Amino acid sequence: MTIATGTIKAGEPVFYVVDEHDHPEGSSTQLGFWIYLMSDCLIFAILFAVYGVLGAKYAAGPAPKDLFDLSLVAVNTSFLLLSSLTYGFAMLSMQQNRVGAMQGWLVVTGLFGLAFLGIELTEFAHMIHEGATPQRSAFLSSFFTLVGTHGLHVTFGLIWLVTLMVQVKRFGLIEANRRRLVCLSMFWHFLDVIWIGVFTFVYLMGMLR
Amino acid sequence: MSSDVHAHADAHQSADDHAGTRQGQLIGFGLSVVLTAIPFLLVMSGSLDKQVTALIIMAFAAVQVVVHMVFFLHMNTKAEGGWTMMALIFTIIMVVIALSGSLWVMHHLTTNMMPVHEMGQTP
Repeated sequence: MTIATGTIKAGEPVFYVVDEHDHPEGSSTQLGFWIYLMSDCLIFAILFAVYGVLGAKYAAGPAPKDLFDLSLVAVNTSFLLLSSLTYGFAMLSMQQNRVGAMQGWLVVTGLFGLAFLGIELTEFAHMIHEGATPQRSAFLSSFFTLVGTHGLHVTFGLIWLVTLMVQVKRFGLIEANRRRLVCLSMFWHFLDVIWIGVFTFVYLMGMLR
Repeated sequence: MSSDVHAHADAHQSADDHAGTRQGQLIGFGLSVVLTAIPFLLVMSGSLDKQVTALIIMAFAAVQVVVHMVFFLHMNTKAEGGWTMMALIFTIIMVVIALSGSLWVMHHLTTNMMPVHEMGQTP
C-alpha cells in the first residue's frame, strides 16, 4: 500500500489495482455459484433448442396430446412453486437464527421436491409402459433428455438438501453452512425458473399443437 | 485497509440480502401462482385461438421468469458490484443466439431439403 501511495499523485484517478486486496473466505462463492448457474442455463438452452427443433418429429408415434396429462403437470408445477416458497421461508428463518424453524422448512421443501420427482417418475413410467420410450421418436428422445435433465437436477438438489440438513444439525449455523444454504437456495429457485420454460414450451405448447 | 473493511461489509450484506423479506416471498409466490394458473386454464379450456393462446402463455412465462429472478433470486444491479447482472445479461444473449439460431437454421434446413425419400417418410 505504501508503494502505491508513493507513486500516485493526490487527486489523480487510478485505473489499475494498486495493491493485492484481501479475499475473505467465501467472499466470491456467491458470484462463482451464480456463474455456474448461468453455465447450467446454457445447457438447458441447448436442450430447449434441441426440443424446439425435434419436438414435432413424431415418426408416426404418439404426439404430446396422446401422452401428457395437464392436470398432473399443474399439480407438479404447484409442488415445485410451493417448494420455492418454503425454501424462501427457510432462508428467512436462517436470517433470524431460528435453526429449528429453518430445518422444519427445509424438510417441507424436501417433501415437495420428492413429491415432484415422484409424479414425474410416475409420468415417465406410464409413458414408457405405453411404448412411448425415448427410442420411439425424435420428439420423445428430446422430451426425455430435457425433462430428465431437469429431474436429475432436482434429484441432486434433494441430495444436497439432506446433506446440508445433516451439516447444520452437526455443526450449527456456522458461516460456511450459511453460505452453502444460500447457494442451494439459488440452485433451487433456478430449477423453478427452468421449470417455467419446461411447462410452457413442452407441456402447454405441446398440447396446443 | 478501508477497502478490505468495505469488501467484507459488502459480502456480508449480500448474504443477508439473499433471504429477502417474508412479504417479498409471498408477493413473488402470489404473482407466480397467477402467472402459472392463467396459462394452464387457457390451454385446458381451449377457449381462445391456438395462435393467440401460444403468444399469451409465452408472454406469461417471460414475466414469470422475471418475477422469480426478482422475488426469489433477488437479482439486482448492485449485488457483487453488478457482476451477477453482467453474467445474466451475457447468458441471456447466448441463450437467445443459441435458441433462435438453432430454430432458424434447422427450420430452413427442413423446408429446403430435397424431397428424395418422400415415399417412405411421412411426417
